Amino acid sequence: MKLDTTGLESALPLFGANCQMVDGFTAAPAFDLPTTLDFDGFQKEAIQMVKPAKGTTTLAFIFKEGVMVAADSRASMGGYISSQSVKKIIEINPYMLGTMAGGAADCQFWHRNLGIKVCRLHELANKRRISVTGASKLLANILYSYRGMGLSVGTMIAGWDETGPGLYYVDSEGGRLKGPRFSVGSGSPYAYGVLDSGYRYDMSIEEAAELARRAIYHATFRDGASGGVASVYHVGPNGWKKLSGDDVGELHYKYYPVTPSTVEQEMVEVSGA
Amino acid sequence: MARYDRAITVFSPDGHLFQVEYALEAVRKGNAAVGVRGTDTVVLGVEKKSAAKLQDSRSVRKIVNLDNHIALACAGLKADARVLINRARIECQSHRLTVEDPVTVEYITRYIAGLQQKYTQSGGVRPFGLSTLIIGFDPYTGVPSLYQTDPSGTFSAWKANATGRNSNSIREFLEKNYKETHGQETIKLAIRALLEVVESGGKNIEVAVMTKDQGLRQLEEAEIDAIVAEIEAEKAAAEAAKKGPARDA
Repeated sequence: MKLDTTGLESALPLFGANCQMVDGFTAAPAFDLPTTLDFDGFQKEAIQMVKPAKGTTTLAFIFKEGVMVAADSRASMGGYISSQSVKKIIEINPYMLGTMAGGAADCQFWHRNLGIKVCRLHELANKRRISVTGASKLLANILYSYRGMGLSVGTMIAGWDETGPGLYYVDSEGGRLKGPRFSVGSGSPYAYGVLDSGYRYDMSIEEAAELARRAIYHATFRDGASGGVASVYHVGPNGWKKLSGDDVGELHYKYYPVTPSTVEQEMVEVSGA
Repeated sequence: MARYDRAITVFSPDGHLFQVEYALEAVRKGNAAVGVRGTDTVVLGVEKKSAAKLQDSRSVRKIVNLDNHIALACAGLKADARVLINRARIECQSHRLTVEDPVTVEYITRYIAGLQQKYTQSGGVRPFGLSTLIIGFDPYTGVPSLYQTDPSGTFSAWKANATGRNSNSIREFLEKNYKETHGQETIKLAIRALLEVVESGGKNIEVAVMTKDQGLRQLEEAEIDAIVAEIEAEKAAAEAAKKGPARDA
């Protein structure tokens, strides 16, 4: 199996007379076909087996003051909630954030790899920061070379570079989309509902943060696989800053406070018989 | 000494890589090339040896595009140049593909210099016998740059430089006469520098100008002749001015 290991290489290989063969493009990765009659069916099965449903809600949108990024913090394995305090917004570098949806290990590893091997090395070699476009493209290419091998990554790369705010959606199928608003995960339909209806380009930072927070809250309210803490980050010209991290249970009572009402039927103690 | 120049991976006792130095000799025998950086213009000029009568001179372009915003001229072995230029052109497009951004001049210079260095540290291959002058504009900031690489694989940025035949005289001239220029003045400075060592005339010089908005533009022979005439007139006026007052006194 020849995988694209450009992200994992620590030293460039020295090669002499063979360099005429490599004309600037590395050879496309290829793998041995398994011994089966129905390869397509086998591949579909393999993908279904390793592809966990992306139980999460993450969202990001571009507005006048930069990029707002928000996510929940629940990790679930089927019906079991394995953690309520997962960091789903990954700090790639001081001016770029990535969101996590899908396999936690896959997302964490590839984001950290992106931050160090790709972005930092680019900065050192070229004396300027890598653009959000470039970072997202390199990540998408790496993920594409692992296509069909069971990676599960649905991430948004948000950042601020020389051209202004940038937001890209990148997934493990190798897809990469540029857009102003994205939400990823099982709770995304609910988040989109709130986000799309409340979105305006010229919001202030507080308004945008509140919109993001509310969208995550509503997704956690309806989606069982999302919950925990709604984290909100803002990416501006000077980098990212974490704005808030509110427990969604408390947010519920903030948005829908309990109003005292008259009791219709009072429970009385039943004397033991 | 003869024992140390066969396989270039071997250092001589006094720290020389002879193949690299011989490659520099090949460069010194190549035709003169000059590059001048202005505030909004960068100019490359190359000496053109007189074309044979039956040769189609348009097929012998000495100043080439690496991308829309980067151009290269070189002195030395032209066949080696072709190989390097092809690799650099591929790298320019490959960079556009993987990071959706045009290369910076520094990046592609580093790449070409890296290629040149690789061939000084491998067995069985010889170094590229050319030095390049690379000009271009930064795709975002629009700042013009001029870089030079040589067979050893070193590179650096310059305000103005020359390579090839008589490059020392041209560089001396540039050191004495360089100042920040823009537009037509930069072109004139480059041609004046080249005329120090080349017979004057549009058919002996090839000049290309790069601006941020219009990319690379090769100057027509007639245009070059016009500028050369201007330069000669200025020179004659300066000579007359020098002689004039002296005679009266």
